[in-house]
Amino acid sequence: MTIDNSSRAVGTTPPPGGSPERAPAKVVRLRHPWRAVFAVVLLVLVALFVIDASQRTAYDWPAVGKYLFDRRISEAAVFTLLLTVISMIIAIVLGIVLAVMRQSQNPVVKSVAWVYLWIFRGTPVYVQLVFWGLIAIIYQTIDIGIPFTEPWVSIPTTAALNAFWIAVIGLSLNEAAYMAEIVRAGLLSVDPGQNEAATALGMSWGKTMRRVILPQAMRVIIPPTGNEVISMLKTTSLVSAVPFTLELYARSRDISVEIFNPIPLLIVASLWYLAVTSVLMVGQYFLEKRYARGVGARPDTPAGTVPTGAMPAVELDAEADPGSLRHGGDAR
Amino acid sequence: MSDEMTAAARPQSSADTTPMVLAESVSKSFGSNEVLKDISLEVKRGEVLCLVGPSGSGKSTFLRCINHLERVSSGRLSVDGQLVGYRDGGEKIYEMHPKDAAKQRRDIGMVFQRFNLFPHMTALENVMEAPVQVKGVSKAQAKARAHELLARVGLAERADYYPAHLSGGQQQRVAIARALAMDPKLMLFDEPTSALDPELVGEVLDVMKNLAASGMTMVVVTHEMGFAREVADTLVFMDGGVVVESGDPREVLANPQRERTKAFLSKVL
Repeated sequence: MTIDNSSRAVGTTPPPGGSPERAPAKVVRLRHPWRAVFAVVLLVLVALFVIDASQRTAYDWPAVGKYLFDRRISEAAVFTLLLTVISMIIAIVLGIVLAVMRQSQNPVVKSVAWVYLWIFRGTPVYVQLVFWGLIAIIYQTIDIGIPFTEPWVSIPTTAALNAFWIAVIGLSLNEAAYMAEIVRAGLLSVDPGQNEAATALGMSWGKTMRRVILPQAMRVIIPPTGNEVISMLKTTSLVSAVPFTLELYARSRDISVEIFNPIPLLIVASLWYLAVTSVLMVGQYFLEKRYARGVGARPDTPAGTVPTGAMPAVELDAEADPGSLRHGGDAR
Repeated sequence: MSDEMTAAARPQSSADTTPMVLAESVSKSFGSNEVLKDISLEVKRGEVLCLVGPSGSGKSTFLRCINHLERVSSGRLSVDGQLVGYRDGGEKIYEMHPKDAAKQRRDIGMVFQRFNLFPHMTALENVMEAPVQVKGVSKAQAKARAHELLARVGLAERADYYPAHLSGGQQQRVAIARALAMDPKLMLFDEPTSALDPELVGEVLDVMKNLAASGMTMVVVTHEMGFAREVADTLVFMDGGVVVESGDPREVLANPQRERTKAFLSKVL
């Protein structure tokens, strides 16, 4: 609210209106002194916590240091990452298929997708993982052939699927149900005019999806998918239900049983989860940038501020009669 | 109505007498709401036909039926002698598989009120997309042609701009170039200037005028009476899903015969 009349503040443009002797008012932005105060208070509290934590024996920091880069732990981190990545890839592909199925005109296809979602979203992932773990007891062999006849190939389930792949199946089939809804939201976010424009150009349904709709839906799909990837990273700690025990959480629990102290290993596992999450977040940032092409203003509104150029023969006569042709006399 | 329409339309002397668009008793309902009632009209080769009328009169729906973006409920609609989206079975017509309908749409360009450019592609990529993806034209060839078309609509320097960074008028001109890239024999315009700021309308109408002068057959749904008067060969006034009046635009605009036409024109002129 202060008006600075010092000569330094005089602008180059002449002041509008009738007061040529007054310099343009200098703008002082709103100050936020409390932000600094809160920051200092927080810093003090954090410092107190860190100093206190470093002295508490229960955390057993030497053990944290010892096991942080233990070979078993780093191998487990690799398994966790593999579980996450493979399950998510399958889930995303299956999710796109299910989302497209739900958008289908075909009522049969639509219902299949709906029932899938109903089952896999409606039961806990832990229960599903236990079920998948028991698959070899329910179906002892995997048979390929015509039903009710002698199968061409018959392999014992335990030989075809080890615990790792059963865990992947359990995680990805569950996740696909959630991904389907995310992809569907993305598809719905694209202006129906896009579909019409592509159709009117003679593009087939598949081409329209791949070239026009999905690339635009990606902008809406990526942020929640990043969320799901991180969620999946942590859900992998449930695969001991299968039981698959080589991933990060199961491994650190095994070690903590060995040394009769669960706390340092929990810290070790948490640090690894955090590290992997951070890497994934960087990946998400770059993906989002990739699919933000052409975004800046709403594309369907005429941006009045953009200069309309490059058409020399056109005179933009704003005073012309609205409703009448503006360039009736143009010699073209 | 069919006879009346044929008489009203100004035939342009042409060797090929097959009309570019022929509508025979076309009706269309959304549920119990009948939006098109027994429409019959024809558009000759090289003719520019403007469809005008109050909103909800069915003019946009009719336009969208021409390239089968909407199904018709009964009647026949053919472009260049061929039913669009249907197979002729004499008494009945049978809906085609979307794949086959897509092939027919290649020859029919369409320009939308909201432009509907692909926002994730540059102006150039927008124009190249259909020739490359639908016709299988080589990228280099499509690119050269796209540059040519963008120059034709006065946007040579804007080739690498994304739609969001173009004004409404520029976007609509890119949309026209995109439709032209498929070398259509018929162009449909669905209120191409209605979403534009008033000062941007002229540049789009100019491009359309050039197109008309080059001999393109055009069906234009519009509120621009000045454009209709100057460029159209035929003006068709629709209201309540029927053709109320049609004929030479100068005559219809200056001397409307029906009360409904008079009432409408008194509001828009």
